[in-house]
Amino acid sequence: MNVVALVLQAGLRDLSRNRWIVAYALCFLAIAEGLFWFGGTGPQVLLSLLNLVLLVVPLVSLVFGTVHVYASREFVELLLAQPVPRRQLFAGLYLGLALPLAGAFVLGAGIPFVAHARDGATVGGVAALLCAGVGLSLAFSAIATWIALYTDDRLKGVGLALGAWLATTVVYDGLVLGASAAFGDYPLERPLLALMLTNPVDVARVLVITQLDVSALMGYTGALFQHTFGTPVGTGIAAAALLAWCVIPLGLAGHRFLRRDF
Amino acid sequence: MITLGTIHKRFGALGVLEDVSLAVRSGAVTALVGPNASGKTTLIKIILGLTRADVGTLHVDGRSADEAGAYRRAIGYMPQAAHFPPNLRVGDVLDLVAQLRPGETRDDDLAQAFEMDAIRDKFVGTLSGGTKQKVNAVVAFMFRPALLILDEPTAGLDPLAANVLKEKIRAVRREGRSVLVTSHILAELESLADDVAFLCDGRLRFTGSVADLLNRTRARSLEDAIAALMRTERATHRDAVGTEGAVAVPPWFVPQPKGVA
Repeated sequence: MNVVALVLQAGLRDLSRNRWIVAYALCFLAIAEGLFWFGGTGPQVLLSLLNLVLLVVPLVSLVFGTVHVYASREFVELLLAQPVPRRQLFAGLYLGLALPLAGAFVLGAGIPFVAHARDGATVGGVAALLCAGVGLSLAFSAIATWIALYTDDRLKGVGLALGAWLATTVVYDGLVLGASAAFGDYPLERPLLALMLTNPVDVARVLVITQLDVSALMGYTGALFQHTFGTPVGTGIAAAALLAWCVIPLGLAGHRFLRRDF
Repeated sequence: MITLGTIHKRFGALGVLEDVSLAVRSGAVTALVGPNASGKTTLIKIILGLTRADVGTLHVDGRSADEAGAYRRAIGYMPQAAHFPPNLRVGDVLDLVAQLRPGETRDDDLAQAFEMDAIRDKFVGTLSGGTKQKVNAVVAFMFRPALLILDEPTAGLDPLAANVLKEKIRAVRREGRSVLVTSHILAELESLADDVAFLCDGRLRFTGSVADLLNRTRARSLEDAIAALMRTERATHRDAVGTEGAVAVPPWFVPQPKGVA
């Protein structure tokens, strides 16, 4: 096995036994199952779970990821002291963090939909939700890794992680809402489409919503989103935007890992 | 075996190492000693490639240290404290390091002496500090690299385990391999070390054999000799900043440059 696979395997073994990762999966499992239990149909559960996914997945990925990278620092130094290239070690370490987080989400959120397959949720809708959650896990794990490599001050790192979460889940949408209110007399739909792509949480939201039959309830903007992102090309653009949110922070984190002093 | 040439390292405005040149002989144990924050850990990290020197050269086994890190096949490293992922089993950790260094000659003496087979299935997070340190030592001694770098190797070990580890270090020396060791327990170093490198404020103040150091300082033990070096260091520092009370500096002592506060 190469270095990436070996380090990834160790990361998977470590985090699959981590109590926080197990609790994270169980939380999604309990909430999704609870929504079905209280009479929700598949599409209703999907929509309710989407709001939770858009808040919790970035938060857990950022905070857990940042703390995990700091906690692994001495072990990383021991691995760096072995005859292995830094690039491969970084890839293994990142995947060893991001894949268990994504896996815990998929298991926790996915199993109830399999168990309640006859409750009306479409395969496309469930797949979109799971893909959006995985994309967010990968993107925010990369941002967490970058933050932890950027500053050695653990408190500052966790603060930056929380700041990134607030910025992407609350502040950004507030600013967009404020801008759309301030410039309400102008046709803002197309600029809003562009603004959606610059926030991974919004991209994930749009990816899932366009797979559901709820965009019609959102008026002209929703119809425009459906028209733009509901097509294969539009879905591809949104998926590419989410992929960019994984690749760009990962590239920055990798650049830092390759050059920094430990 | 390992040669460091004119190493300089700064972290921002803080100078950590200045013009450090050191040769670690084959078949010898070299003690790297100095007060806290003297630059020992940074020097070790530069040898390991964890930290890059601003200026300077590093040759291991006659070959220049490469960026890809292949030269680290010649090095085994035991950090001061073991921090393995808590949810890995001891066997997972040992297998990971073994698989990261395929094709190297195994040395399972220490693993047997520390009875690793009995704890292979235990999770690292459940081990005591001393047992973790044993795993740490086993990882460093798992192969037969030409150079072993040991940072406070007996810290946290019980007397029996410390004795086993020291005996292993002597065995490594007898095999003609090199050991670079740091410790604040100077009596322990005296029983192990052939050579001493005394680092203070980022500069090497003395390099030579233990016998030579004892002879020059007229000290009876390594602890007394290092204390004498530190007194001399303090005196030259006072002299350098123009304070009264300077003492005569022996000719073999590399002094603080004038004007350094």
